[in-house]
Amino acid sequence: MAFHEVEQRLKALMLRAQAGDGQAWRELLTLLSARLAVYFRRRLGADLADEADDLVQETLLAVHGRRMTYDPSQPFTAWAYAVARYKLIDHWRRRRVRRHVPLDEVAETLWAEADGGAEAAADLDRLLGDLPARQEQLVRGVKIEGLSLAEAGARFGMTEGAAKVSLHRALKALMAKVGARGD
Amino acid sequence: METDRLIEGLAADLRPVSPGVVSRRIALTALVGGAVALVVVLSWLGLRQDLAAAVTGPMFWMKAGYAAVLGVAGFWCAERLARPAASPRRAAALGLLALMVMGGLGAATLMAAEPSERAAVWLGHSWRRCPVNILALSLPTLAAALWAMRRLAPTRLRLAGAAAGLFAGGVGATVYGLHCTETSPMFLATWYSLGMALSAGLGALVGPWALRWR
Repeated sequence: MAFHEVEQRLKALMLRAQAGDGQAWRELLTLLSARLAVYFRRRLGADLADEADDLVQETLLAVHGRRMTYDPSQPFTAWAYAVARYKLIDHWRRRRVRRHVPLDEVAETLWAEADGGAEAAADLDRLLGDLPARQEQLVRGVKIEGLSLAEAGARFGMTEGAAKVSLHRALKALMAKVGARGD
Repeated sequence: METDRLIEGLAADLRPVSPGVVSRRIALTALVGGAVALVVVLSWLGLRQDLAAAVTGPMFWMKAGYAAVLGVAGFWCAERLARPAASPRRAAALGLLALMVMGGLGAATLMAAEPSERAAVWLGHSWRRCPVNILALSLPTLAAALWAMRRLAPTRLRLAGAAAGLFAGGVGATVYGLHCTETSPMFLATWYSLGMALSAGLGALVGPWALRWR
């Protein structure tokens, strides 16, 4: 999913959450936590995975407690990235480690990294490319973009139930293929 | 998983955010801090004797206006810097513009004065006390503003502290105008500015410690 689509989606969720929509907030924090986990792990290293998890939770708490500082005229991703970066620097300060986090590092990094390396993306494209077009789009919609079954199904005029069955078949086919390669 | 439980808890705890809450929280500190500064002026420094006459003249309002515009610039900077990833650039430009206008006006009046009078125009009779008094009167607002901003989300703590200091300095200097009888724009441009700069400097000094998220 392109960066501006991520931004659009997350911002829409944020605006709903600002209005008091708990469901949107749950969805947004869930999406955010996955990206934060990648962000912190990459910066702390594999041996500090526990600390990375702590930082994810601390950042979610900060995002929650200080959400009134999000200004709708700003990009949401830039705001969330700045909170994560603050938490990371604060963490290093507490551990008395001095490290340089470039100020001009663009917000995109948080999101670009979380979308995985180019290699993994290419592998995924190859795998998904073998599926029928509709199944491929369903898998991308639900498993990668994070749409609900109903939303993804609606793209193809399918009911939620039909989308579920189709997605299940697609995943089964993928598993079979990955398994076969492994052999 | 632990994170999932946390997210569930936070989503259940969600309440709507009232628009403008950041501005309100910071602006409120000017009321509190300004009131304390006013009490200090009334009970310790004293109002200027000729206050009733002074409020009909332009100089009283120029002083109040200059201090208030810098206070507004500081407020605006603080409001920006209380938010992650927001830029204070335009707000800082407003403060710089006010300083340049007053500096230009002051320089013009200084040039227009007789050479023998220039030192008196520039230093007035209270240049030693003025910056220190302004700093003192800004302290209550500075403390309140730092307290309020710490619960927002400043990420550039030194800069955010300086903004809170400029904001507080503007409040302090505005109130100080009720005591001060100086009448020269060059005095304002130098000593009022210095007083507000001291407050901003103090804010920058304590910002990293005072604004750290708890």
